[in-house]
Amino acid sequence: MSEQSPDEVVPEVVAPQVMGRHLDRQDGVEKVTGEATYAVEHPVEGDLLHAWLVTSTVARGRVVRVDASAALEHPGVEAVLDHESAPRLADTEDRELAVLQDDRIGFRGQVVALVLATSSEAAREGAALVAVHQDAEAHEAAFAPGSATYAPEEVNAGAETDTVDGDPTAALAAAPVVVDAVYETPHEYNSPMEPHAATALWDGERLTLHDSTQGVHPVRATLAPLLGLEPEQVRVLAPYVGGGFGSKGLPHAPEVAVALAALSVPGRPVRLAVTRQQMFALTGYRTATRSRVRLGAEPDGRLVALRHDAESQTSRIKEFAEQTATAARMMYAAPHRATTHRVAELDVAVPSWMRAPGEMPGMYAHEVAMDELAVATGVDPIDLRVRNEPEVDPETGNPFNDRRLVECLHRGAELFGWAERPEGVRARAEGDWWVGTGVASATYPMLWMPGNGARVRSVEGGRYEVAIGAVDIGTGARTVLLQVASDALGCPPEAIDLLVADSELPFATVAGGSSGTSSWGTAIAAAAQQFRADHGEHPDPGVATTATSGQYADMSGHSLHSFGAVFAETHVHRWTGEVRVERLLGVYSVGRVINPTTARSQLLGGLVMGLSAALHEEGWRDPRFGHTVTQDLATYHVAAHADVRDLRAEWLEEEDHLSTPMGSRGIGEIGIVGTAAAIANATHHATGVRVRSLPVTADHFLDLPALAPEPAGKA
Amino acid sequence: MRDFAYHRADDAAGAVALVAADPDARFLGGGTNLVDHLKLGITSPGTLVDVSRLPLDQVEELPDGGLRVGTNVRNSDLAAHPAVRRDFPGVARALLAGASGQIRHQATTGGNLLQRTRCVYFQDVTTPCNKRDPGSGCSALEGYGRYNAVLGLSEACVTTHPSDLAVALAAADATVVVLGPEGERRIPLVDLHRLPGHHPERDTVLEHGDLITAVQLPASAVARNATYRKARDRASYAFALVSVAAGLELDGEVVRDVRIAWGGVAHKPWRALLAEEALRGAVLTEDAVREAASAELAAATVTAQTAYKVDMVRNLTALALTRLAEGTGR
Repeated sequence: MSEQSPDEVVPEVVAPQVMGRHLDRQDGVEKVTGEATYAVEHPVEGDLLHAWLVTSTVARGRVVRVDASAALEHPGVEAVLDHESAPRLADTEDRELAVLQDDRIGFRGQVVALVLATSSEAAREGAALVAVHQDAEAHEAAFAPGSATYAPEEVNAGAETDTVDGDPTAALAAAPVVVDAVYETPHEYNSPMEPHAATALWDGERLTLHDSTQGVHPVRATLAPLLGLEPEQVRVLAPYVGGGFGSKGLPHAPEVAVALAALSVPGRPVRLAVTRQQMFALTGYRTATRSRVRLGAEPDGRLVALRHDAESQTSRIKEFAEQTATAARMMYAAPHRATTHRVAELDVAVPSWMRAPGEMPGMYAHEVAMDELAVATGVDPIDLRVRNEPEVDPETGNPFNDRRLVECLHRGAELFGWAERPEGVRARAEGDWWVGTGVASATYPMLWMPGNGARVRSVEGGRYEVAIGAVDIGTGARTVLLQVASDALGCPPEAIDLLVADSELPFATVAGGSSGTSSWGTAIAAAAQQFRADHGEHPDPGVATTATSGQYADMSGHSLHSFGAVFAETHVHRWTGEVRVERLLGVYSVGRVINPTTARSQLLGGLVMGLSAALHEEGWRDPRFGHTVTQDLATYHVAAHADVRDLRAEWLEEEDHLSTPMGSRGIGEIGIVGTAAAIANATHHATGVRVRSLPVTADHFLDLPALAPEPAGKA
Repeated sequence: MRDFAYHRADDAAGAVALVAADPDARFLGGGTNLVDHLKLGITSPGTLVDVSRLPLDQVEELPDGGLRVGTNVRNSDLAAHPAVRRDFPGVARALLAGASGQIRHQATTGGNLLQRTRCVYFQDVTTPCNKRDPGSGCSALEGYGRYNAVLGLSEACVTTHPSDLAVALAAADATVVVLGPEGERRIPLVDLHRLPGHHPERDTVLEHGDLITAVQLPASAVARNATYRKARDRASYAFALVSVAAGLELDGEVVRDVRIAWGGVAHKPWRALLAEEALRGAVLTEDAVREAASAELAAATVTAQTAYKVDMVRNLTALALTRLAEGTGR
């Protein structure tokens, strides 16, 4: 076997044969028959231990003493780790991950002890028997208007904190029409079907972690230095993952906890499953946001000025600054523009990524504000958006790759029957329901992550093995990457064995930021093309090429984005105010769709999650205690089947060879963007009541106020 | 979960004797609520006496047209029973408005009535709750309150009873048949559940060892022309924001008899007797219903989070009764 040294290769365009066509989900049968093994189902050898987390019940303070005596007497309980007995980490700077390293309590629900037992039941009962004596200090957990805030150095994804172009203050003061309103989104929780879970084994030299994660290499890269190990000493596998939605994008405290537990019992595998309730404190969430949006426009709706001032909150122990206002920087043309981000530091759980961080709450605010401007100017909401199309990216001045927002809006309008929409509010009723329709734009950046590698090897019988550490979190990545490999190698998918989700395989970045297919696919294309260059069309069995992909995407010359238009028809019950979404349609421009089946699932899933945010999801934090009290799926409502009725996603035919050699862009997140705004706008159209805080609940629509004779412009 | 003894009862009297003799024993029915409580640490009985296999699983049609529903009749079976659908449509609709298909298959009639509140503080053992831990305080009083009560609440407890079925049974004049250590007795459904007062830890008037063996439903015109309406933000699998069980018998346009019970407003199914009284003999109009409901709601205690319930339950009552009057409400 010969092996090339890893070099950076920038691939050529890949011609589509298998890409763009349906291919069955490669792991579908394993999943529906229960054969797929998730993180704590992985068979282990040896004397298994089950871990259970014990968490703080004060929001700020110190652990005085952990009394494990009763727990240790419980049958099956073998050990209890606390901040004094747990193995030491090599690095405790990241306080979210510095599990059991000191006595500080930074939020309610923080890990303060860990029980190891011979059964899951014994571990759970042991955890209940651990007496944690805590010294409570005064805490602050309410994110309220007027909470003290600061300007972070940068916001998530490395975006600038503040931007200003022109003189928005003067332009707003002079604008003939002004919309000025505050929009709020609540704490939202990713709640994937598979809770965070891992099986860990420390054999004395190496840590093996079967994890539920969106990235095996990112977990290794974080854990190894934390544990004082070399990267080669840590192996992370995640063959099947039951959803992540961003919450498994970065390692959280449970992964550190299970690793520490494994280090404390060499040779024994340790399983840890986080409970649904614990997930609300330990595995990230979307922070609540508060956006003041000001739009200044000419009477015909053309924007002259816009401001988006966004506030969010983070944990005092670790900063996460949601990039709520970044979409406002590139969405519409306006000569005078400003955006700001401010963050309140509280004694609360650490927020993190949740599907379309930034764009989701930000576009909710922005696209409801645009609807308010449409009402104020009397311009049709679609025409309003068309009138504000920028020639180039207003933020960078670069040309867009192929900005097709207007086509999405027009195609959607045609499919949806927008032309029949009555202009006024509360203009249509069906039976006991007021009927309204609404629209909103969607956008998501094309992200490409550097450093991805792939290995192509020829095997007996004219077959190929293609390997990359990428994780399929349920998106269909396994299937889509097989299609990319098939076209890049010029062989049928049946002739390829695709290996994924193991940190022993070539480096892969996170399944996040809708960057997976773009980044991993570019690497597979690079490796496949290099393999052909190295070994030709008829390689000897056993030859292999490993390549790291160079940057293909033209990120400096062009502004690379996807766009979409979301249309909603909502019905609001005249007697109870209940809101139902009867129709939901998204039309997208996302580059080439590599697999229409799995892509549709991603877009529909995004739409459903947006619907869920629009009508249901609300993490209600009790500031007296400091934790989210709607901490299970019985009280933190996500959409049920009955909430999702006529649901449809379409896309424009296109290929984007500025972004990837496959012609594709990412599709995982754009479906959630704008959806809540379209639904909120539709409920306004149905009722005349403008709800600016999510979720849009029934109580807003009881006993509707009399309508003003003319829609009044807002000052 | 702690270890517990498990007994499968052979007959109802034996089950009652087992539980009555052991203060640390509990009956286990369908388990859809109790098993959650075991996991969450809300309760940790030493003994479970499984009554779910006792042969109390028949719906018996009585000579007078009423029904006797065995306690182990599953919610899904009861909802689908032809006599229930025909003579007690409000009960059938209430059952179908509750929980999910899977849970309805598992949950029993008696267990449904004895399910406990889903108040977030009751379910979180790290927060004070007088119902779970008497004397510890009520976290819901100044906490998360969207599902809190507006009628009959106390300083000690502001939560609501979660059952849909119980509300429909309250409107249907149901009687609960209870077997206790001293023998059998009958309790009107409306008297089964308590208001919280100073003892919110007691959901019902049942004593330890009392086993519900059946629910009896008397036939009547108001039970036959009856409905159940439930308002909720999520279209299914959600507890009521408010709900209304209503039955109506008209003489022309005049109300001969009426039943109104509300869910989601109190610690028990709230039979709106004042509203019923105001409507009996009156011409049934939307305004008359609203006025009658307002009379009942005059005693409401609301917060910023619960104020909506007063308007919502009034509207829903008006909707339910006007539709029943039109003959389109069932």
